[in-house]
Amino acid sequence: MSNKYNSPDVNGHFGKFGGKYVPETLITPLKELEETYFQLTKEKNFQDELNKLNKEYTGRPTPLTFADGLTKYFDKAKIYLKREDLCHTGAHKINNALGQILLAKKLGKTRIIAETGAGQHGVATATVCAKFGLKCFVYMGEVDIERQSLNVFRMKLLGAEVIPVSSGSRTLKDAANEAIRDWVTNVKDTHYIIGSVVGPHPYPMIVRDFQSVIGKETKEQIQIAEERLPDYIVACVGGGSNAIGIFYSFINTKVKLIGVEAAGYGINTNKHCATLTLGREGIFQGMKTYLLQNDEGQVSEVHSISAGLDYPGVGPEHSLFKDEVIADYYSVTDDEAIRATELLSKAEGIIPALESAHAVAYLNYLMPNTKKDEIVIVNISGRGDKDLNTIKDKLGY
Amino acid sequence: MTTIANYISGKNNKNEKVLSVFLTSGFPDKNNFVELALRALEAGADMLEIGFPFSDPLADGPIIQHSSQIALENGINITKTFNFIKEIRSRTDKPLILMGYANPVLSYGIEKFAENAKSLGVNGVIIPDIPIEEYENFYNHLFDEVNTILLVTPTTSNDRIKLIDEKSSGFIYCVSVSGTTGITNQDKITSIEFVKRTRSIVKKNKMLVGFGISSVKDAQSFAPYCDGIIVGSAVIKSLMNDSSDYVKTLDLIKKLKQALV
Ligand SMILES: Cc1ncc(COP(=O)(O)O)c(C=O)c1O
Repeated sequence: MSNKYNSPDVNGHFGKFGGKYVPETLITPLKELEETYFQLTKEKNFQDELNKLNKEYTGRPTPLTFADGLTKYFDKAKIYLKREDLCHTGAHKINNALGQILLAKKLGKTRIIAETGAGQHGVATATVCAKFGLKCFVYMGEVDIERQSLNVFRMKLLGAEVIPVSSGSRTLKDAANEAIRDWVTNVKDTHYIIGSVVGPHPYPMIVRDFQSVIGKETKEQIQIAEERLPDYIVACVGGGSNAIGIFYSFINTKVKLIGVEAAGYGINTNKHCATLTLGREGIFQGMKTYLLQNDEGQVSEVHSISAGLDYPGVGPEHSLFKDEVIADYYSVTDDEAIRATELLSKAEGIIPALESAHAVAYLNYLMPNTKKDEIVIVNISGRGDKDLNTIKDKLGY
Repeated sequence: MTTIANYISGKNNKNEKVLSVFLTSGFPDKNNFVELALRALEAGADMLEIGFPFSDPLADGPIIQHSSQIALENGINITKTFNFIKEIRSRTDKPLILMGYANPVLSYGIEKFAENAKSLGVNGVIIPDIPIEEYENFYNHLFDEVNTILLVTPTTSNDRIKLIDEKSSGFIYCVSVSGTTGITNQDKITSIEFVKRTRSIVKKNKMLVGFGISSVKDAQSFAPYCDGIIVGSAVIKSLMNDSSDYVKTLDLIKKLKQALV
């Protein structure tokens, strides 16, 4: 672990990862975005406005809940849950959407686009657009429109237009491709609110910074509750924004950071999205990062029961964290996530999003190796309402 | 073998603008592709840009996305594309350019790609997701003899156009409109203004205009302000509905070239 962690560099590189691998049309808008971002973050007004929105609109700080039911169940280390499921709109995605809508305002953009997988980022974006009076277009793969139909309706109710994407695997990556194509075409009046710590610089940095409120709060809260830092922090990794968000305040500490990817049907099948576990370096959607791809550099069709994790890439900062062993990455299967959903629901009265359930499921591997005087924090990135149909089908009761 | 720049100069000196035609490797029919390429050159194409497919072509509109998809389904990859190049090169001296996204090249091996390109007589490469920011991270000295053609777009500032002109070799690819390939709803007046501005700044390189040129009329309106034009989506679209001997497409190429002499 480095004490001088200071990524990305001025060119947006996290070690050899990250960067700006985009068509020329987007270079100038990305520079403008970066400049405006740096300018804004220096302004006290901006920080005050964002803090106020986080508090009064989103309901931050979100609680850190001691999970006594779950702690008893494993009978090992103490388990706490960081409750991003209690954010307005039901997931951490709103933290980023609020920050970026203020940026879009400052940039003078009138039209907002976003990609969404689970629909949580789409809902968060539609929400902030409704609040700030901007037009909102959300790209969503046809497969995801089907499995997250309630969120599609929520976006529409919030006044957004949901644009179905029928190319490729018709999931998150294809929605992101279409959003980028839209941005290339309409860049003059449009801001692209990307939903995770992915894409070209400065997005991975900006989204990380807006999500890092999760870790900042967690650090304060655990100090108050336990007068010390935890031993482990566990978060699910799709693009990696909730994970970076909770990790970021702890990277220069001894806390073990654990990212959990989706193993789908299992990492021995080709139906998974365990990018950091099985991917190799690639260039995709504007960034150099670990990528699930075939021998010829074609991006793999991936699978997860959880739409928000169903993505063949991962944020470039996680690629660096993996190589530098700043965090460790593991994966759990669809079935393990479903069982963890049931466990958390019954033991704690909290129905997690299927994404977050991956982090919970990893406790089955982690807890046996912990000691009673240790502390584990799990980031519950979102609530499970959006997934009830999928969970119902799987559990059959 | 002449270089791309010399070839374009030669044509310009004869009062001709060059026509560069984009074909997706192995599309529409991998068994006939070499034939199609040679006949496109015969019909009037001065040079060919041959696109090797990628699963996630970010800079492309629906038409080239579709052709890439078919090419992938036809089993086309960089190796097969090099095989096509080898055959085409043995039967023409005109410039051949490879176009595609960074990831398949990274996966193939950047050095191996550069070496094979050089030895097979590829004159240049266009990789739209390698802007000058990532140029040094991607291209290396092995590309010294294979031109690396860079793009400028309407969002590119004048200072940046200068930088791109310095780094680019072969020619400057001037994208006349912000958008993906095949875009049709461009404001011609704004596009031509941009092309003129770029031309006045570009000093080192020849300049070709592409994206959104779909008809003889488009070709005519841009030709006075550049050294040549690039036609991609219009050709691919024509190939999608053409007969097996490509009559319509070859006729389109012929007419486009006639508009440039
Ligand atoms: C609740 C929830 N958690 C996690 C994710 C995965 O995204 P990330 O890895 O960026 O946190 C999503 C994405 O939609 C989500 O909705």
